[in-house]
Amino acid sequence: MNPTHVSTPDAPAPGAAAIPHLDIDPFSIGFFDDPYPAHQEMREAGPVVYLDRWNVYGVSRYAEVYAVLNDPLTFCSSRGVGLSDFAKETPWRPPSLILEADPPAHTRTRAVLSKVLSPAVMKQIRDTFMAAAEAKVDELLARGSFDAVADLAEAYPLSVFPDAMGLQAEGREHLIPYASLVFNAFGPPNELRQQAIERSAPHQAYVTAQCQRDNLTAGGFGACVHAFVDKGDITAVEAPLLVRSLLSAGLDTTVYGIGAAVYCLARYPDQWERLRRDPSLARNAFEEAVRFESPVQTFFRTTTREVELGGARIGEGEKVLMFLGAANRDPRRWEAADTYDITRKVSGHVGFGSGIHMCVGQLVARLEGETILSALARKVGSITIDGAVERRYNNTLRGLESLPVVITPA
Amino acid sequence: MTTIIFIHPDDRTERVEAENDASVMLAALTHGVDGIIAECGGNAVCATCHVYVDEAWAGKLEPVSDDEDALLDGTASERLPNSRLSCQIKVTPALDGLVVRLPERQS
Repeated sequence: MNPTHVSTPDAPAPGAAAIPHLDIDPFSIGFFDDPYPAHQEMREAGPVVYLDRWNVYGVSRYAEVYAVLNDPLTFCSSRGVGLSDFAKETPWRPPSLILEADPPAHTRTRAVLSKVLSPAVMKQIRDTFMAAAEAKVDELLARGSFDAVADLAEAYPLSVFPDAMGLQAEGREHLIPYASLVFNAFGPPNELRQQAIERSAPHQAYVTAQCQRDNLTAGGFGACVHAFVDKGDITAVEAPLLVRSLLSAGLDTTVYGIGAAVYCLARYPDQWERLRRDPSLARNAFEEAVRFESPVQTFFRTTTREVELGGARIGEGEKVLMFLGAANRDPRRWEAADTYDITRKVSGHVGFGSGIHMCVGQLVARLEGETILSALARKVGSITIDGAVERRYNNTLRGLESLPVVITPA
Repeated sequence: MTTIIFIHPDDRTERVEAENDASVMLAALTHGVDGIIAECGGNAVCATCHVYVDEAWAGKLEPVSDDEDALLDGTASERLPNSRLSCQIKVTPALDGLVVRLPERQS
């Protein structure tokens, strides 16, 4: 397995700054429990750092994360957006045709998924999502006490996304484990990754079958992807892999995003009260939660040439780890960065990435986040944490395993 | 610097001195003009930086690309013939005095 690759960076070239080496493992349980001191240490150490534990460069300031995201020819994705370098190792699954691709190949597949998940399509599904959100909140109000992760953050997306995709009724229990596997697999060969891959076979089998055209209901996102085969935009071999991208990245991420928003609103009652007074803030309250918690914490890129970044020189073929969560709380970019403020002008955060690979499903995520927070704001009076909050551990995703809450009607 | 004039739905007018080569969307965000949300940060994904370009200026802009055209079909307020996404309008000295009207809603 990785890292076959144990290079020590060369002494800085004339004019290039020395790169600080840090003894931080950003894929350890201790880091996941409280990443913020380490984020600050990395941001303060320099624009580029080197993490000896995994032999990778790291960027955690907003400016450098933004720069790497927006220079996809220098910082490529086709060698994998996890630690594993596809130029040196065999990927654990056939690479994604969109996430793990560079222009020009990426441009064509991206255009297809952009059309499938366009603003115009969101208008068509909006009422359905809103009705499901209201039904979910009514059901939770009747219960009063529940786990806001399993019963809300997971249950609501599960009540809308698989149907919007056009998935079969059977086998949906594989969706969250499959996504969890995908995001663990971006990490290093630690226990989280190894265990996820060892247990992956049934989930992979389900997803592979579910991506086939015959198994997708007409009118859903999946069938819409396959319809582009008929127009000649993609091949019949490519279509299932593009559907796979939606199944990989379309569910668990929104589970973590909604979980983040509910956790924020439960912890910061002043923000919850603002949202209740003005439910039209729901969409921004979700967006700010994506900045504040950054459900997708990290992605890697690989350098295609020697490059200078933030005054530091990085050689060709090096992995660069972008700390999206740290960039989203960089005080150089954000006022009161560690404050959850649902009225913040949050445009420009990198919780969905930036540039050509920016989350293609971000409009679905926002629609889910807005509808569920809007329904909560209109129907619920109080949200109180009522038990032990437990963290869920994943190499890429940040979120909770359990959030026991009690809610009261408005 | 190039002057861009934003007119709100209530006819309130804001003039900003925009940096050249930035987008009209970024000029609005940088100068605190409400009514431009730009959820996607200018990556042409979201259609929440929708503006109506004053008729007098419509012909002076670069034409709408296919991608922008598709996004404009999803704007929250009605799409009109002079609808544009402000992230796709680059500020240049030739646009000094550009007038854009903000829609009622962006999402």
